[in-house]
Amino acid sequence: MSRSAASLTALRAKLLTLGPCAAVSGTLVQTGSPIVDARLGGGLARAALHELFADDGDYAGAAAGFALMLGLRARAGKPIIWVREDKGERGSGRLYGPGLVELGVDPADMFLVTGRDAAMVLRAGADSVGCGAVGAVVIETWGNAPALNLTASRLLALAAARSGVLTLVLRLGADPVPSAAATRWRIKAAPSSALVMAPAASAPGKPAFDINLLRHRGGIAGFEARVEWDRDRRSFSDAAGPGAALPGGVPAIAAGRTVADIGRRAA
Amino acid sequence: MFLPLLPAERLRISGGAPPELPYALVENVRGGIRLAAVDARALALGIVPGLTLADARARVPELATIAHDTAADAALLDWLADACDRYSPSVANDPPQGLVLDITGCAHPYGNEAGLLDDLARRLQRHGLTARLACAATPDGALALARYGGGHIRALPVAALRVDEETHLSLRRAGLKTIGDVAARPRPPLAARFGAILPTLLAQLLGEVDIRIVPRRRLPAVAVEARFAEPVARTDYVLDVIDRLVGEAADELGKRGNGGRRFEVALFRSDGHVARLRVATGAPARDPAILARLFRERIDALADPLDPGFGYDLVRLAVPVIEPMAIPQLQLDGGAVTDSELAALIDRLSTRLGRNRVRRLHAGDSHIPEQAALELAIGEAGPPVPWLACEPGEPPLRPLHLFDPPQRIEVMAEVPDGPPRRFRWRRIQHDVTRHEGPERIAAEWWRRSDGKGLTRDYYRVEDARGRRFWLFRHGLYGTEKANPDWYLHGLFA
Repeated sequence: MSRSAASLTALRAKLLTLGPCAAVSGTLVQTGSPIVDARLGGGLARAALHELFADDGDYAGAAAGFALMLGLRARAGKPIIWVREDKGERGSGRLYGPGLVELGVDPADMFLVTGRDAAMVLRAGADSVGCGAVGAVVIETWGNAPALNLTASRLLALAAARSGVLTLVLRLGADPVPSAAATRWRIKAAPSSALVMAPAASAPGKPAFDINLLRHRGGIAGFEARVEWDRDRRSFSDAAGPGAALPGGVPAIAAGRTVADIGRRAA
Repeated sequence: MFLPLLPAERLRISGGAPPELPYALVENVRGGIRLAAVDARALALGIVPGLTLADARARVPELATIAHDTAADAALLDWLADACDRYSPSVANDPPQGLVLDITGCAHPYGNEAGLLDDLARRLQRHGLTARLACAATPDGALALARYGGGHIRALPVAALRVDEETHLSLRRAGLKTIGDVAARPRPPLAARFGAILPTLLAQLLGEVDIRIVPRRRLPAVAVEARFAEPVARTDYVLDVIDRLVGEAADELGKRGNGGRRFEVALFRSDGHVARLRVATGAPARDPAILARLFRERIDALADPLDPGFGYDLVRLAVPVIEPMAIPQLQLDGGAVTDSELAALIDRLSTRLGRNRVRRLHAGDSHIPEQAALELAIGEAGPPVPWLACEPGEPPLRPLHLFDPPQRIEVMAEVPDGPPRRFRWRRIQHDVTRHEGPERIAAEWWRRSDGKGLTRDYYRVEDARGRRFWLFRHGLYGTEKANPDWYLHGLFA
């Protein structure tokens, strides 16, 4: 009994090295936040699919901002393609050029693509991911998009592994379902730290996020962290305050379980 | 080409005409019902357009009447003009019942001009349309010959000059009955008596000045076509033909050192229907593989698939817009290849999704937030305005997402101009913990006729859970508005 369990674990470990997550050991995108990078073992895999979950409406702005910032760090001089559904515009408004500039993105480096429904968005997204001349692709879907199933996400992940394009799937108002994503995050906005200048002490400060790693294909344990975006350095930094990253504070998924979990999902 | 019975025959084709009776199309003219058009049977009974309905009924009591529909006639004429593209790329409408084709250098596939006219007459006859065709050196001459019949322009009545009613009457009173009579007179007295336009019209009719028609479609810079002896109904074969045409067009563009920005394939069905597939590229292109792929994408994206019907007998590829295009030079690091790869991706996306679904952001020349950014389709140039740079160390002052239009919210704020304390958006209560403002943005009063417009007071706010919003009060309390409304305009990251 225990021998078969051991061989099963070994087989699963072998499967992991064969799948698209073999590319996880490729180049990494550093977030710039020392704590997060240390926990991730250097950063996020570039040639991989990452899922960002957020409650729609409430945290749509924060999650989109986080995706944009990751894309900006990964893009290496290449453009970012943002693919979204028409209903995204009703949900959170249109992407606004001056706001992109305020986050450190040159709007000339962005292509906005809209699709009528999730299927159209996924097809356009898959095409963009397959193109090596693209720096990062953000695919934004609203609600539990049934089109974004395990097959679709695996196709995206394989295309990303081939082309080396950072692929971020922004899932607003969706519940996590099995997918081929290398990492899965839940993003929330966090209260910003006060500005240093005295007269504006009560003003909202730099964008701050509470990020929660829900799952990592490489077996890294989940954690929570609070990060801040520094536009001038185009980098994340650790933010102080309640709920900031506590080393080992939140054992979201035990390390031993993760492999089994991945094995089950991959099956 | 003149179609004397177009309205009546349109009805017969569409099945709206009574099968047995003579009929007329009537319209209300100056308070009376008059005949606008009649069919051949009514014409044989002496009923002519322009009669009042009462007069016509007195002569032919069983005359059936149907309402006149000029829009449908114009649509049929447009359809015919489209179908006539097969003869010449230069086709013009002469509403309500005429078409002009410039067939200079277009007659060789039919042997000569008479062969082309025969082919055209046969096709029109198959559709049940009566047409009078004529060839002449000028479009005006051809139209006049087609309309009034006869072998020579000089023998035509003066009505062929298309002058107004009054001049026509005075010409006839002067004893000038035919074009030949008018042409025999010296021109200056004619101009003095009947208006300066008359010699010009005369010259156009007689071919003394060389005029060109204004075609409905811009003449393409490059056009290649494939004609089939028998109509082809297999879509696969048509796709192969398109690929071949793309290759020919690419060769032609390559010889000229140009690339195309727009490409159009016209599939002429043997029954006259024309299907058009258009493809636009973001940068000049002439790579046959890429273009062929774009056309396949376009065909895949069609809402209703191509219907070959009885088959296509002519396929034409036109390149209406061309631009100079240098031969791409490969860089050692593969730079040029990457650029073209991206351009190919963007073209593919805009071909499949539609041109305005792939956009870029351009700065707008306005301080009004919603006009400070424009989303334009690829290839459209925005105004030459730079984006406003932001101060180092400042938090973002503009939101990542903007609602258009702004969303109305309920706000609890101090009067007259205090910051918001609490607001309700999408049925959720938000307690404001941090705020900055107001940033006062005035309306563009100099563009408004009344010189007014409500001032907006913008606040950046953050709620207890860290969500950041951009709110504004629409109107200054008391001076501009008694009870100003609040709106949520954007979401910060």
